[in-house]
Amino acid sequence: MDFSTFTQTLANAIVSGSIYSTVAVGLALGFGVMKMANFAHGEFFMLGAYVVFLLYGEADLPFPVAVLAAFPIVALIGVIVERLIFRPTRGNVLAGFMATAGLAFMLQVLVGQIWGVGLPKSVPTPYMGAAQIGGAFIGWQRLLVVPAAAAMVFALWFFLYRVKAGKALRACAQDPEVAALQGISISRVTMLAMFIAGGYAGVAGALMAPIQPVTPYMGHDVIVTAFIIVIVGGMESIGGSVLAAFILGTIHTFVTTLVDGVTATMAGVALMALILIVKPEGLLGRTRA
Amino acid sequence: MWQKLLGLGIALALAIAAPHAVELYQVEILIILAINLILVQSYRLVNTTGDWSLSHIVIMGTGAYGAALLSKLAGLPFWLTVPLGGAVAAICSFLIVFPLLRTVGFGFFIASFALGEFIRLIWIKFNNPFGGSRGMIGIPPAEIGPWDLSGMFSYYYVCLFVAFLSLLVMYRIDRSRIGDTFKAIHTDPDLCESVGIRVPRYRAMAFVVGNFFAGIAGALMAHHQGAIDPHNFEATLMVYLIIYVVVGGVLTFWGPILGVILMTIVFEATRFLEAWRPLIAGAILIFFLVVMPGGVEILIAPLARLMRRIPLLRKLVPPEPGELEQEIGYATEPGNTTGQDHA
Repeated sequence: MDFSTFTQTLANAIVSGSIYSTVAVGLALGFGVMKMANFAHGEFFMLGAYVVFLLYGEADLPFPVAVLAAFPIVALIGVIVERLIFRPTRGNVLAGFMATAGLAFMLQVLVGQIWGVGLPKSVPTPYMGAAQIGGAFIGWQRLLVVPAAAAMVFALWFFLYRVKAGKALRACAQDPEVAALQGISISRVTMLAMFIAGGYAGVAGALMAPIQPVTPYMGHDVIVTAFIIVIVGGMESIGGSVLAAFILGTIHTFVTTLVDGVTATMAGVALMALILIVKPEGLLGRTRA
Repeated sequence: MWQKLLGLGIALALAIAAPHAVELYQVEILIILAINLILVQSYRLVNTTGDWSLSHIVIMGTGAYGAALLSKLAGLPFWLTVPLGGAVAAICSFLIVFPLLRTVGFGFFIASFALGEFIRLIWIKFNNPFGGSRGMIGIPPAEIGPWDLSGMFSYYYVCLFVAFLSLLVMYRIDRSRIGDTFKAIHTDPDLCESVGIRVPRYRAMAFVVGNFFAGIAGALMAHHQGAIDPHNFEATLMVYLIIYVVVGGVLTFWGPILGVILMTIVFEATRFLEAWRPLIAGAILIFFLVVMPGGVEILIAPLARLMRRIPLLRKLVPPEPGELEQEIGYATEPGNTTGQDHA
């Protein structure tokens, strides 16, 4: 591997690590609060991409507006899922997980039947051209993902550690019973967690819409990757998710470049299995998955 | 006791008559149903210890690939490849069970998915001998000696026979001391350990034996389709398998059977809505998990009680207290296996 290939691969690793982390922090947030394992998280990502396809690709609204619109739309769906699926199955991880797997099926079919299953929807690239950094060429569109993801992760950190509602959320994640004794409404916190998780997945999908093909089934790869990340990082740890996202992004891009895509996926699932068996609480987590 | 034999007789008579009562294309569905019966029941066997596996469909695939390779490359006959397919699946699950035993509940669920996906990716990666993502074609159809069993009707009876034998064995396991031990592990693993039951050993046993039967189902499927590829064993199909057992319930032996028959009827009745099938399946799954956890089998006991009240039907059900109610001694819904209670 020569130097320019190396920098190119490294740049790709940083881009995919950024996008993985925005998806994974939402999943980790939901799992941290009352163990909501959301299998439909990948479908939230897909819905975000469809919001951009409809608002920017079809309705010709500016790209940033479409991306921002994805947040409330998908966040609202997250709240509905919390109310209808996670609340009745609270305390029962597998039931919630399986039920959201059913929801993933439903969303795939609904989107496919409304907007078509055939060819992927092509979203025109809003920012053309490429930046040259140390011999590597990265399209502006891909480069944009990095600061956007950094801003989102920082915003989440600020919310969780500096805002009262965010502190309530962390309290609930640490010990729901004690948090409830302090007068924190658990139902409101779970709803808030799913609001943020949905919104983040939606914006991540929206950012990726011009880069990857938009299909009803694009969420599947996303959810597998996101689960690998949160397991490796520690199921409820936001910091662990970001760390694991970059680790997995690096492994994935380098193995894809050096060997092939299938081997890269194998390396990912092998890493997850290894972590579950050797260190079930994950790299930075506290509780066992 | 005679009620059970009568029930079994009626069920067998119905199963034997079934292909003659339906349209020709529906015999295909009956073949799949017979294979699925083995599959769901083997899944329940793994599940009686409280482990929800996500690798079951892939393990079925190892049986299918095993049977395909043995008959194509080694030229073994059908009557050998089917049990050997089960053996291949048992060996594969024996290899992955030791790391899996270190996990419980949700961790087991996800770890079994990871290891299953790893096996599936091996099929995609290696063109030789697995045929890569296009899979294997030209798997010889079923024949024993001079008899060609690949016809729709004859293959249905082959599958029915194998399903009957497999279910019989699994029923005996379920009712044996070992089966009781599995259920005891589900209810309280710590207590089991304290009375001297080697919990990991029994969990491994349930996993390997259940997966053996999954492999048999896979081998039957491989010979039926004549071609298999890695997409036949995707996570999507795993969700369908979960739907069968969630709809039926896993507490009693009859739950998964009810579930798979019921869902086959539902899917067949909504054939004209084929494109919407995952939506229907997803909605049913959510309904049963959220509104009716425990599945349709929880209706059996009240139904038996109702029948005991009606003089004409009283003799058809076993006397009080229903055996089924006694059986419901261990934890019920999927999530009671999360391991939180004994973390």
